[in-house]
Amino acid sequence: MTSKPVFMSFSKGDIINLIVMMGIGLAVIPLVVQSDYWYSSILIPWLCLSLAAVGQQIVMGYAGQLALGAAGFMAAGAFALFNLELRLPYIPFPVNLMLSGLVAAAFGVLFGLPSLRVRGIYLMVATLASQFFIIWMIDKFGWFKNYDTSGIITAQDIVIFGKPFTSPLEMYLVVLVVVTVLTILAINMTRGSPGRNWMAVRDMDIAAESMGISLLRTKLQAFAISAFFCGVAGALFAFTYLKSMEPVAFDIKLSFRILFMVILGGLGTISGAFIGAAFILLFPVVLNTLGNEVFHGMVDATIISSIELVVFGVLIIVFMIYEPLGMAKLWENLTQKFRVSSAPKTKAQLGRKQET
Amino acid sequence: MQERNFPIGAPILEVKNISLSFGGVKAITDSSFSVLQHEVRAIIGPNGAGKSSMLNCINGIYKPQEGQIKFKGEVLEKNNPNLIAQKGLSRTFQNLALFKRMSVLDNILVGRKLHMTANFLQVAFQTPQAREEERVNRERCEEIVEFLEIEDIKDTPVGKLPYGLQKKVELGRALATEADILLLDEPMAGMNVEEKREMCRFILKVNDELGTTMVLIEHDMGVVMDISDNVVVLDYGKIIADGPPEEVRVNQEVIDAYLGVAHD
Repeated sequence: MTSKPVFMSFSKGDIINLIVMMGIGLAVIPLVVQSDYWYSSILIPWLCLSLAAVGQQIVMGYAGQLALGAAGFMAAGAFALFNLELRLPYIPFPVNLMLSGLVAAAFGVLFGLPSLRVRGIYLMVATLASQFFIIWMIDKFGWFKNYDTSGIITAQDIVIFGKPFTSPLEMYLVVLVVVTVLTILAINMTRGSPGRNWMAVRDMDIAAESMGISLLRTKLQAFAISAFFCGVAGALFAFTYLKSMEPVAFDIKLSFRILFMVILGGLGTISGAFIGAAFILLFPVVLNTLGNEVFHGMVDATIISSIELVVFGVLIIVFMIYEPLGMAKLWENLTQKFRVSSAPKTKAQLGRKQET
Repeated sequence: MQERNFPIGAPILEVKNISLSFGGVKAITDSSFSVLQHEVRAIIGPNGAGKSSMLNCINGIYKPQEGQIKFKGEVLEKNNPNLIAQKGLSRTFQNLALFKRMSVLDNILVGRKLHMTANFLQVAFQTPQAREEERVNRERCEEIVEFLEIEDIKDTPVGKLPYGLQKKVELGRALATEADILLLDEPMAGMNVEEKREMCRFILKVNDELGTTMVLIEHDMGVVMDISDNVVVLDYGKIIADGPPEEVRVNQEVIDAYLGVAHD
């Protein structure tokens, strides 16, 4: 059997997928979607949170380190970008964005250190420190907020090579490009040797070590890269969605939401991060629309938001028990079934294989 | 016996007076033996004799309280499994330690870890070097898959495979490291005669073609007598015999310890 032709570790199907996705993202959506509401309230936060979920996926789904504190790294990235833009305005925005990711990555290494000693639920508790420490630090030291007393600081406008990106559509395009590039890098890593090392550590750490993998390096690498993704996601989230900088926006609830995205979307798949983020973000919107359109406001809004929590809770339990690999796996099974039923040739091939 | 491609040479691994205890339980007491280059060495002994503990000491998972282990003339001071692996020592585990959610090929690719030097940035940006390295190592792993005759399952997650095949994959992963010495902890446990014969063939073939030194723990005396050049016998953490199989087989102490003394 010959291996698939591979270009940049992508098979032909992947390249087609990528071109289709980019075509939809860059051409179809800007043509079709005209309302700013869709950009600023759905597409932008979806992409930002998907990126954060990719970060969470790397450390939790791939490296198997139960970490809870994605929002802390997002805050680190957001405030790093704010300060970089404020103090080093002559550095181009894309560079500053990457630098803010690196700042978050440094925190990732620091708060990944407990993973060398503790694991499982204890590690989760230990990583909570990142959540509280980073938020506390930003609140405590005025320098991070440029000594602003009002408590709410406005994020600077995004200016790339002299061109301002301020309308929802323009900001959406910026976010789309950044998220796409970083996602491709993440896919490359997870399919290559770094991803295999992470998964080896996740599945059986003693064997991984006996194959020459350093647990220290591999775990810290996963934490750093994860925090980098969360940091960039947080910076984009603050600059294009929140448009104001307040540490409260990055509280533990956001960390949990990102955790749920990864669990519902499917552990150990990059696509799961996007599917999970879409679900967590869109479900409340769908529920609200249902409440308004179908029941014409007869159902109280508070009840609807409670229903949301109940459904999330039930779904998480159901997925944990029946499909730990989440919605991404369901989707894969579905497409596989479709492929098999629509292609009798594969069945014949399978039959032949069994004979020999 | 025909002429070997790699004649047995000088000691490659020397275990000197090591003692290991867990609290009050002495697992290994003052044991010494050496493994010669290119040989197939068996370690046998009754259950609980300290065979696996011995491998774990050599591999750096356990740290013996006393004694030293010399590998290729170098004393293994900081015994940390990944540092010892880097020096050219690989192993398999008694209770299967595969990466369950990864495919067979990916498991074997992890064994190539030490042959892959591209860092995560090179892989992320798919630099020519990283791509070339991935291609070369993938090819190498495909060869191992072919050698072990497991082509049809190479994309299956190993967790879904039956026990015998998992044992094969684990051997494949150890082979992929191209280490100078392989420690095989009961590679044939739970296999039927047919599978055992196949496994023996693989082990001897690798030893013959690559000159890999093999240290294996095995309970099947027939297998041990057939394939090993030398046998170490452990009982209650002590080495009671060390020598060629024909010699060990007739050693009265071994017969008493391993095969049991008749009670009547």
